[in-house]
Amino acid sequence: MAMTLDINGKPVSVQAAPETPLLWVLRDELGMTGTKFGCGLAQCGACTVHMDGQPIRSCVTPIEAVGAAKVTTIEGLGGQHPVQQAWVRHDVPQCGYCQSGQIMSACALLAQKPKPSDQDIDEAMAGNICRCGAYQRIRAAIKDAADFGPPTGEAHADIDEAIVAASGATHRGAGR
Amino acid sequence: MNAPVDPKGLKAIQPSRRDVVVASTMVGGALLVGCSPADLMSAGSKVEVGAFGPFIKIAPDGVVTVISKHIEFGQGNHAGLAAIVAEELDADWSKVKVEQAPANAKLYANGNMGAQLTGGSSAISNSWDQLRKAGAGARAMFVQAAANRWNVPVGEITVKDSVLAHTSGKTATFGELLNDAAKVNPPTDPKLKDPKAFTLIGSDRVRRKDSQAKSDGSALYTQDVRLPDMLTAMVAHPPRFGGKVKSFDAAEAKKVAGVVDVFEIPTGIAVVAQNTYAARMGREALKIEWDEEKAEKRGSPAIIQVYRDVLSGKDASVKWEPFDQRGDAAALETAKGADVVELNYEFPYLAHATMEPMNCVAAVDGNKVKLTFGSQGQTLDQLNVAKVVGCLPGSVEIETLFAGGSFGRRATFQSDYAVECVHIAKKVGKGRPVKLVWTREDDMRSGYFRPIVLHALKVKLDKDGLPAAWRHRIVTQSIMKGAPMPMGKGPDSSAFEGINDSPYLKATPVVDAQVAFPDIGVPVLWWRSVGATHTAFVMEHTIDQLAAKAGKDPVAYRRAIYTKAGAERHLAVLNLALEKAGPKATAGWTRGVAVHESFGSVVAQIAEVKLENGAPRVGRVVTAIDCGVAISPDQIAAQMEGGTCYGLSAALFGEVTLTDGQVDQTNFDGYRVLRINEAPSVETHIVPSGNPPSGVGEPGTPVIAPAVANALFALNKAATSRLPFVRSEA
Repeated sequence: MAMTLDINGKPVSVQAAPETPLLWVLRDELGMTGTKFGCGLAQCGACTVHMDGQPIRSCVTPIEAVGAAKVTTIEGLGGQHPVQQAWVRHDVPQCGYCQSGQIMSACALLAQKPKPSDQDIDEAMAGNICRCGAYQRIRAAIKDAADFGPPTGEAHADIDEAIVAASGATHRGAGR
Repeated sequence: MNAPVDPKGLKAIQPSRRDVVVASTMVGGALLVGCSPADLMSAGSKVEVGAFGPFIKIAPDGVVTVISKHIEFGQGNHAGLAAIVAEELDADWSKVKVEQAPANAKLYANGNMGAQLTGGSSAISNSWDQLRKAGAGARAMFVQAAANRWNVPVGEITVKDSVLAHTSGKTATFGELLNDAAKVNPPTDPKLKDPKAFTLIGSDRVRRKDSQAKSDGSALYTQDVRLPDMLTAMVAHPPRFGGKVKSFDAAEAKKVAGVVDVFEIPTGIAVVAQNTYAARMGREALKIEWDEEKAEKRGSPAIIQVYRDVLSGKDASVKWEPFDQRGDAAALETAKGADVVELNYEFPYLAHATMEPMNCVAAVDGNKVKLTFGSQGQTLDQLNVAKVVGCLPGSVEIETLFAGGSFGRRATFQSDYAVECVHIAKKVGKGRPVKLVWTREDDMRSGYFRPIVLHALKVKLDKDGLPAAWRHRIVTQSIMKGAPMPMGKGPDSSAFEGINDSPYLKATPVVDAQVAFPDIGVPVLWWRSVGATHTAFVMEHTIDQLAAKAGKDPVAYRRAIYTKAGAERHLAVLNLALEKAGPKATAGWTRGVAVHESFGSVVAQIAEVKLENGAPRVGRVVTAIDCGVAISPDQIAAQMEGGTCYGLSAALFGEVTLTDGQVDQTNFDGYRVLRINEAPSVETHIVPSGNPPSGVGEPGTPVIAPAVANALFALNKAATSRLPFVRSEA
């Protein structure tokens, strides 16, 4: 059946059964392969996207549960988002397969807590497995992104605002 | 990353008789007479080699592309390989790119193996001379071209950041001189730089080239391949190793929207569909009866009992093979007393559990095959796939992509998942691409585990408390069994590497070390750092217990043995780690030390550990490594950080168990892995060295487990005889 989803700020028409996980609609139907398949059970976090600013596991989220919610994927961050820039500065990725999910979780964390403590980071990021064990660079990059200052481009500004608005946070964190 | 191929034993991949027969039928045996294995493996392949050789392409805009014969699945080797070329070429590092080589054993073999394979932490070390020469040769061609154009002696020309300059002030870029340089005859023996003159190698400028693509979702993995008309396949596998299909009913599966076809292949029932979700739903609707007559039905306890019976001598059917015997060990058999220590260790099956489950994309049209995936052992994959379709191995085209981790799993002697994909693509035919997707459960149940290993030791100390006689017995499955190529003489050394070549055994006058390999129907494989996954633990944790028996400090005890054995590199890393760690542990934490050599590199770690709710927690880890010339200090640090996490994950939680032959842990809920809240903080210090580079991808993995065990031993005198530290509920 046809459904309209709001992906990265654009309405997108998809042909899929309502129980189809959002992950497979993004990857197979829309060709947005930045969001990864890792476990299919919400255990590893590789498939993390934002739904109305909240990090969710797209591998266990049927599209019927998404409905009209705003979905943001790694592609929606634009490539130069402060968190992405921090990831590159620290050479966080090794194999890189989990990093889209890590970055989406980190963006959601920073939107809620612009200056996260180690404990905040542990709590927000413990759902994202990295088998290469890039954890200490993930931690460093999140702290760096938090200190990075305001965003310089427009590409991600809307997304940050959307994340903040949806999460109810009072500070715009991801860009700071 | 993990092929413990003995470079001395393996000159080149020797195709089995059957491979040659297949190839002969294709080309008419006479054509193969006089073919070297590399010729055979590259026969039928098309690779265009440019003016600067198989490893360097330079574009008119001056961008230098370094061709990597090795897959990048996290190790950072692409950065290091490119830096070797860029250093000798004096290229502008910001204008250097990396591209993955096609499959061609003649051009792109691993120098240690004679086959194109990324393993044994050897990507950098086997490429060192080759890529230095490639870079220096291309540089010489540019210098000659400039000398010709300016009519000046070559000795008056310098190169920096892709720009050639003459003492007169004339300059030209690589791009400007490209056509002239391409016409210069490449020098056969180009002059290499004095390592003291390196400006890029060893600097913090050598950073990954793929971080942006891996941070914005654009990096392409097998899972992301989308080709016109491509189908997606899943396979229902037998629930036990060695099982087969007896019968199946595909009626319901074929009714699932999007399912295109269902058919039997050697490894199970394949469901081919328009997309991944349909393939999965189709597979769930299958009804299959399995033939398990020849399946492995034993559970882990029964398998361990087999091992124990071999160890005790109760089961004498399995042959013991000596791997180190010196002096008269007979007296040790009956030795008892205060100077005799007996220790036993048990290690479980481990899964690699890469983030990207195994997968492959294949298109088969008659005997034309194209594979697009994260191939770790291209030559093996070509051989195995050629057997399925009946073609020349070299004509199997492979486009190698990034892989979401491997840790050894993507290099099997059977090319298990690639062959499975090719069986499906062959049935689909007409060159239509098929992507084989394994779920996490398929991946975890597929075996190829680090085998269960048992060690039994008896050590007698001399009057100074140092080992005087060492009896060592190991029982495990052989990883190398079934290898298609000769792997050197004697028993499978992957089971005991790190023991017989350790300073501890070198310094012991009487040694009786033997290994036994019982047959178990569970496929096993190398796993990041291979034998060291258990031998490092056994040796390093034993040493702390021997030191305690001798009433010595574990660091002083090691120093005494290293000095006796002439193990200067061990001493150096130990001393550097101690110096950097400082004299005192962080308040509330207890330190443990371990040192181990693997893949030519020596690593020392000092781990600070405490118990939280009865489980070890690891905080600060100070690491020192001697890996020869350090090409990318940043990526060496990254591998020490990641390798430590990988080793700690297994040490704390890693355990695959079988119940009646079925794998109990099928996803990350059952197979617990290290998460960020459990990750240590690793500091890396590199011993300055002028030796050629040695391994980095694996040597950081095996040291943390014994360091933690030694810290716990120091904390509460409780020795560890079994991993993991934290047992699951089962």
